[in-house]
Amino acid sequence: MVGQVAVILFDGFAFGMLLFVLSVGLSVTLGLMNFTNLAHCAFGMLGGYVTVVLIRSMGVPFLWTLPAAFLAAAVVAVVLERSIFRLLYRAGELNQVLATIGIVFVAAASAAYIFGTGQLPIQLPAFLRGSFEYGGQRFGLYRAFLSAVAVCVAALLVLGLEHTRFGARVRAAVDNQRVAQGLGIDVDKVFAVTFALGCGLAGLGGALAIEIVGLDPSFGFHYLVYVLIVVAVGGLGSIGGSFIAAALLGIADVAGKYLVPGLGSFLIYLILVAVLFVRPQGLFGRR
Amino acid sequence: MKNRVVTWTLAASALGVGFGWAASAYAADTVKIGLIMAYSGPFADTANQMQAGIDLWLAEHNGEVAGKKVELIKKDTGGPSPDVAKRLAQELVVRDGVDIIAGFTLTPEALGAADVATQAKKFMVVMNAATSVVTEKSPYIARTSLTIPQVNYAFGKWAVEKGGVKQAYTLVADYGPGHDAESSFAKGFKEAGGTVVGADASPVANPDFSAFVQRIKDANPEAVYIFIPGGAQPPAIGKALAERGLTPPKTKLFGQGELTLPEALESMGDTAKGIVTTFHYTMERDDPLNNAFVKAYRDANKNRSPDLFSIGGYDGMHLIDAALKKTNGDTDGDKLIEAAKGMAWDSPRGPVSIDPETRDIIQTVWIREVKEVDGKLQNVVIDSIPNVKDPLHGAAK
Repeated sequence: MVGQVAVILFDGFAFGMLLFVLSVGLSVTLGLMNFTNLAHCAFGMLGGYVTVVLIRSMGVPFLWTLPAAFLAAAVVAVVLERSIFRLLYRAGELNQVLATIGIVFVAAASAAYIFGTGQLPIQLPAFLRGSFEYGGQRFGLYRAFLSAVAVCVAALLVLGLEHTRFGARVRAAVDNQRVAQGLGIDVDKVFAVTFALGCGLAGLGGALAIEIVGLDPSFGFHYLVYVLIVVAVGGLGSIGGSFIAAALLGIADVAGKYLVPGLGSFLIYLILVAVLFVRPQGLFGRR
Repeated sequence: MKNRVVTWTLAASALGVGFGWAASAYAADTVKIGLIMAYSGPFADTANQMQAGIDLWLAEHNGEVAGKKVELIKKDTGGPSPDVAKRLAQELVVRDGVDIIAGFTLTPEALGAADVATQAKKFMVVMNAATSVVTEKSPYIARTSLTIPQVNYAFGKWAVEKGGVKQAYTLVADYGPGHDAESSFAKGFKEAGGTVVGADASPVANPDFSAFVQRIKDANPEAVYIFIPGGAQPPAIGKALAERGLTPPKTKLFGQGELTLPEALESMGDTAKGIVTTFHYTMERDDPLNNAFVKAYRDANKNRSPDLFSIGGYDGMHLIDAALKKTNGDTDGDKLIEAAKGMAWDSPRGPVSIDPETRDIIQTVWIREVKEVDGKLQNVVIDSIPNVKDPLHGAAK
């Protein structure tokens, strides 16, 4: 019984960590920049396709494709930020939602046109396949790897935003744009970099997700709901909050399906409602 | 009230459009076929493969059925919505004046369009939509795909009698086809003397299978039966099972053919070896007709392989062609469906025929095992059950 609990916690945590990497970027842009970017998972899809193409057509090792997925999503994000998104910063939430969901449709159609509508499988390197045994229970190697990557990402983000000069600028720009600008902070540039960072993380998440959930042109829609739930439960702009919310939801999802399969995937929605009922600003939200 | 309005609309437009269309259609010697499929949305890949099957058949026959030029009119439902399919079917009949409606990747589409086929008396060829009840919804429907009970009931019996398994755990996707698969497999399995030790249903859009697989591991069954839609899920569940050590030969894995489609096998790798599946079409089966079909299909589709949807579309076109030849090109719905009844032919999937009673397809069910052939994982046919009918049509009467 103890062993089974350990397996469920492990699997749930790993799934939660996948959600964390996919959603933390949105939490940053939504919380820090007040920009509702529903196209966030489209950047995840982009990262996924970069990984698939690099592995399948060029034989690049899986681990090297991860930074490539991050960079590709970040670069595309900068281009789009400079051209489209910046026009929307002051456009109001409804316009932001409509414009960014439109971008998801464009992304889905483009992916279907370029890569086809089917699944594009990848083959992981041998050291990430299969499982290891501990205490009589089997744990998936890839899930362990995924959890480790996510914990590193979380630590780097917290360090970066709390303890570096750039992080201080971002927080200043968010707290009061005009004063920050008056102090000589280039708010435009800070936002562009923040946005690129957030989308790059989504790209990384998309690349990591292929092995667990697959990749097809509907990815941008499919995981949007999960990502929004993580951000809402965790609280806007809180990296620690996203981390805890993602872990909680991942574990609840897996445990719920294991213990009460009839309730299935509905449990996370119950948690969403319960949390927002008690804390409408999310677990760690400030506003 | 609503029905009457529809009837009147159809009648009026049949009068109005009918004359003009009849003159032009016959004079130009074209047959208009309206295709209703989910060309966009999450099931777009299904429609793509089916369309490729249709296009291949047409390319091989100069774009003609029974000596007449074919004009395809494609309508996109965007997903499993019966109301959209019904509206599109009405548009096809009333506005475009089609002679035959066909396609139907998803069951709800076929159910939505069935009434229109009945009222307009149009021959309707269902090329996928695999729920048993579809053909009973209109006397003008014939089906060239499969029904889920057809392949799974026989498989349940086979699992006990030849697969040598006494107890199994079933895990199916929580939607109509999944429940059909579970009940028909379990029925066959129990009738042959097996016991089902546990049954779970996973959400249709299920991103992570680990919890369900852990439940199976706790029950420690001799075999696991799985039904899930194709796409992202087969490799996901295959990997989740492998992580828990639930792989053949220790634990036997049974499923319907979606589980081991080529993309899924590529992604699962060696852990897929030994999985036994049931299907009506096996792309790898060595047969002159099939080999030619697979080669032509790959040449026409950037080396992509045909699957069950492709063969459904391909055979659907054959049925339309053969029925039209029998009526000498007359596209009257009553005559066409009469001509289709009992029609038998050799398809790349094996010998098939249309049941004169139910207008459903009768075909060979292939039992396949995943094996490595020339360094590549393939579905190798290990047994076959000829002339299988859908077991539910009979039961309903």
